[in-house]
Amino acid sequence: MIRLLVKDCGAGTTIQDSGRFGFQRYGVGPAGAMDRIALVVANMLVGNAAGEAAIEFTVLGGAFVVEGGPVRVALAGAYADLKIDGEAVPPLTSATVLDGQSVTVGAAKAGTFMVLAVSGGIAVKTDLGSRSFHLRGGLGGVDRAPVRPGQVLPVGSAPHGPDLTATVPPKVSSGAFRVVLGPQDDYFSDAGIATFLGEAYRVSAEADRMGYRLSGPVIEHAKGFNIVSDGIVTGSIQVPGSGEPIVLLADRQTTGGYPKIATIISADLPRFVQQRPGSEMRFAAVTLAEGIAAAREQAAMLASVRAGLKPVGLGFDTEHLLSVNLVDGWVDAHAPPAEPPLHSAA
Amino acid sequence: MSLRVPRFLPCGDTAVTVEFGTEIDDGLNALCLAFDAALTDAAIPGVIETLPTYRSVLVQVDPLVIDMPAFETRVHAILASLKQSGAPPRRWIIPVVYGGAFGIDLDDVARSHGISTEEVIRRHCSRTYRVAMLGFLPGFCYLSGADPSIALPRRISPRLKTPAGTVSIGGVQALFASVEAPSGWHLLGRTPVRNFMPDRDPVFLVGAGDEVVFRPIPAAAWDDLDAAAAAGRPVAEVVTA
Repeated sequence: MIRLLVKDCGAGTTIQDSGRFGFQRYGVGPAGAMDRIALVVANMLVGNAAGEAAIEFTVLGGAFVVEGGPVRVALAGAYADLKIDGEAVPPLTSATVLDGQSVTVGAAKAGTFMVLAVSGGIAVKTDLGSRSFHLRGGLGGVDRAPVRPGQVLPVGSAPHGPDLTATVPPKVSSGAFRVVLGPQDDYFSDAGIATFLGEAYRVSAEADRMGYRLSGPVIEHAKGFNIVSDGIVTGSIQVPGSGEPIVLLADRQTTGGYPKIATIISADLPRFVQQRPGSEMRFAAVTLAEGIAAAREQAAMLASVRAGLKPVGLGFDTEHLLSVNLVDGWVDAHAPPAEPPLHSAA
Repeated sequence: MSLRVPRFLPCGDTAVTVEFGTEIDDGLNALCLAFDAALTDAAIPGVIETLPTYRSVLVQVDPLVIDMPAFETRVHAILASLKQSGAPPRRWIIPVVYGGAFGIDLDDVARSHGISTEEVIRRHCSRTYRVAMLGFLPGFCYLSGADPSIALPRRISPRLKTPAGTVSIGGVQALFASVEAPSGWHLLGRTPVRNFMPDRDPVFLVGAGDEVVFRPIPAAAWDDLDAAAAAGRPVAEVVTA
């Protein structure tokens, strides 16, 4: 069995896949990778299906030694260094790691969550159909725990085919985060909605996989702040009595009793989760049809990244690369910090 | 069954809440559960999963597959031919150790209402509750049918940790919890029943639409029942109502 021996990692290191679906009716939230685009891109670079289990890092990276190798690895998401035996792997490129070699993921230089995919996925046991670690439910992960130094992570398979590089980089939108108002926008006054859509908010220090509490101008309720509990989705923005919004994320509860003013569209969530405490942001309302159109656009973007995968060493399709970089309104998700900060809302 | 015209409330591009009402009401909840079952049977392309609550059904969808206008038309057709389940609900007898370290708010609840702790226990145990939904965390049962004469508003400052198996009340709602969790509700007691055990078959015991009756047990009975539950036994009796 091929495996990764964990030498070191940050406290927020867990196993995540595309999430656990079908059990929200029993109170089991979906968990899954915070940055879904990062999971899909890292997996495609190592030749996996899009939703395979990978290692998710929160700001801090980690160090691993391959045993019983070889393993193919790739890093995506927040901008961080990936090194094999101390040698840097170019961004958006997979690399084969031999038995006994080390894999090191540096700290995030911008953004919050990195995803390290391995060939065949991290082959821990599934819980209710998913390997995603969910802290409060005690499900998934490495024996229902986060990744810790000393653990041995089973790797799905040896590499098949060549290492790959993405000649078309993944892109995320920039600017205000797009929301669809509702489901309980009628629990807020016109002034409250205007505040939410007109003012700037910052990610507070209370930010984790469950949700990000934002700080900023108080949003006025129209008829109290208690509803009879109903369902929550990833990206729901609930506003408790304090009037400051909380964006509920992958490890969220399934139901709640605070009114929800709006929901961040799925296409903008990968950029939202990469915001760090202190980041300033604005929200802009779009229609449901516009939200669905953005989801289609993002699926098409991922398809073009996949189509642009080339074996390492065969050279870049420079002309194509230049053409996509000239598209307005997008930022390269993997531009180094010299460029506008990664996933920045500014 | 009583028909209500639902509201379709968007939850971004990945879900829609089909809302039948805004209050706690057994008829309303029965409608939600019946609609949820019919929607599941309909197997509509693009519907990933559904989550019935007290008063609404959250429908998680794949935005690349779902056709929202067609979905709404389909919902109206499902509602027009909706039938209430004829099967009698399962009724669970849930053992509870009340008060002391098991229910640290029992004395406060009694004092607030000017009655004895025995009377609070008697009133809490004399009701047949309906499980309106499972939510928040795995296996948490939200009950309707609580006795309003022992109701108290939620605590002003929630506790960051309450133990697994906590049996509590908050407003006119009652709850029995499965895993350790933060809570602003009033803790009356604790049950050894594990409503969520990922390694047990079944993983969940009590489900939405079931009935629940609490039965007081002495603290001395806790260790044996807790050990049996930890070994995978239900330790809750199920009877057909």
